[in-house]
Amino acid sequence: MSRNLHEINFEFKTENPTDFSGEFVHFGVVGSGDMEVILEHKDLGGAVRAKIVTPVTGYDEVWRRVLERFVIDTGVANASIEINDNNATPVVVSLRLRQALSEID
Amino acid sequence: MKETRKWDTRKTDYLERMSGAEPYVNNGKVVAAEDTINVLEAVIRPFDRVNIEGNNQKQADFLAEALIKCDTGRVHDLHMVQSAVPLPVHLDMFEVGIAKKLDFAYGGPMGGRVAEAIKEGKLELGAIHTYLELFARYFIDLTPRVSLICAYEGDADGNLYTGFNTEDTPAIVEATKFSQGIVIAQVNKLVDKVTRVDIPGEWVDMVIESPKPFFLEPLFTRDPANITDTQVLMAMMAIKGIYGEYGVKRLNHGIGFNTAAIELILPTYGEELGLKGKICTEFALNPHPTMIPAIESGWVKSIHSFGGELGMQKYCEARGDVFFLGPDGTMRSNRAFSQTAGHYACDMFIGGTLQIDKYGNSSTATASRVAGFGGAPNMGCDAKGRRHPSGAWLKCGAEFTSQSEYLGPMPRGKRLVVQMLESFGEKMVPSFVDELDAWQLAKNANLDLPPVMIYADDLTHILTEEGIAFMHKCQSLEERMAAIRGVAGFTDVGLAAKPAETKALRDKGVIKTPEDLGINRARANRSLLAAKNVRELVDWSDGLYDPPARFRNW
Repeated sequence: MSRNLHEINFEFKTENPTDFSGEFVHFGVVGSGDMEVILEHKDLGGAVRAKIVTPVTGYDEVWRRVLERFVIDTGVANASIEINDNNATPVVVSLRLRQALSEID
Repeated sequence: MKETRKWDTRKTDYLERMSGAEPYVNNGKVVAAEDTINVLEAVIRPFDRVNIEGNNQKQADFLAEALIKCDTGRVHDLHMVQSAVPLPVHLDMFEVGIAKKLDFAYGGPMGGRVAEAIKEGKLELGAIHTYLELFARYFIDLTPRVSLICAYEGDADGNLYTGFNTEDTPAIVEATKFSQGIVIAQVNKLVDKVTRVDIPGEWVDMVIESPKPFFLEPLFTRDPANITDTQVLMAMMAIKGIYGEYGVKRLNHGIGFNTAAIELILPTYGEELGLKGKICTEFALNPHPTMIPAIESGWVKSIHSFGGELGMQKYCEARGDVFFLGPDGTMRSNRAFSQTAGHYACDMFIGGTLQIDKYGNSSTATASRVAGFGGAPNMGCDAKGRRHPSGAWLKCGAEFTSQSEYLGPMPRGKRLVVQMLESFGEKMVPSFVDELDAWQLAKNANLDLPPVMIYADDLTHILTEEGIAFMHKCQSLEERMAAIRGVAGFTDVGLAAKPAETKALRDKGVIKTPEDLGINRARANRSLLAAKNVRELVDWSDGLYDPPARFRNW
């Protein structure tokens, strides 16, 4: 099966950063309607860098909002987020990101 | 002035029609399957009000197939009054001119064709009803002249056994027969003695053994394998934030995976919260296979059912303390009574929908489908005639802030009406919208009003992956709209939320997130499900549940 993947990149900064404590977390499976996320510690001067690889186009703004909300709500900082998506809804994306983060605690 | 007239024209008309059918009726009330069209042509007149039995479960499909083959010179322009039109033949009837007008409750898969037929002028729509509302009109202004019903067994005297799938039959037969109408039954089997008399023979005019058993749709069967982690999270919120919070004991669950997830975590998460015996003890509910683990774990005292669910018959019969069984030991469902129970005797309705608008009105209608609502609105509303108290009902009423605007200090309860849905549906279609598609449908299909399943003034809670909005606690329309925005996720409606406003609503307890409820999202995964697939449901039932072939994948 071939399909065109689309890459989106964002960078966020939160007002009250809590340093990302883990080194590396992998969470989730790239099943249909789902995604995997790799959270990695990176010294980014408090910023969070996100890279999304997805077959879906036209939803870059929604991705930005979902990730921004995750960063603001959790205060995660100094982290890189890599997402391999297979048509996950924003609902699933939010859940997986939070579940990945709680794997660290 | 006293009128001089005959007072028995219905009776005369009945006798006249029946005399036309006489040559085909033998051995009491038996008609051979091959004479079905002849008797229908003999007893049905143009413009008659005719009922074909069928709902979202069983269907008098053989009689429907016979009706459409009638000579349109003799049988035409019928006014169909029937619960549902889910089979293609129900709509073909309008294409060929046998039928002209329709009053119904549920379109299901034919929703698109209903809209099309209205638009093309082939179908004149009376109204879309709820089941109970339509049954009510059978006794007032929509009484059928001829009803075509179905049963498991019939005898030569006309006695019928409708058993597990009794459903709508008693309501239809009573309305028709007691106005001297004609009742024709297709039965799966002609027998010497029926298992149980569900419909007395005197009320039935003709019995026809159909070549095939009547069609049954397992509409309420949900495979646990398809339940997602998000649905588990929402189910946790429902149990902790609503069921537990209000102590909801008597309730109805709508159809769908969200409520199936709730049913399947009662024996795990519900038990862990110590809620067994405190919630979910009595239901008005079809025999959902996903209820098996909760029943087997001793959660449920009683379930009365609208209809039977394919494959669940033996299980229900073996759990006579929970389901309603006859003296013969088999279950009897009854849609009219169960809908009444759902309306008056339940403290909560929880179910899904396709769309909610920014004011809180919800609908399953789309711009091109007249789907109808079946029974949901009877339960998804506040029962204004209710007078008996219960803990959950009183608590919800006490929280209903705007009630005093009408009642002054007079206390009154309120049913919990909960809509449970993810902010985005399949294919990234937003569930929260500025305007319901129902408005466009009303325009497309010339309806007098947009079909709304649950009106905002009846809705008490919206539950999404973001949290629960306690709508009835709001002071004004403006505040209710803000509460909806606060749980509408990343839809356009949700993106319009102002963070400070949402925060204020959380502080007031109008919005509660999983964190506010003390729910750990990391635990929201399928491992909480008491059964993870259909096979495990069968195991829980000790092999009594016999799932339809399409759900057997082992």
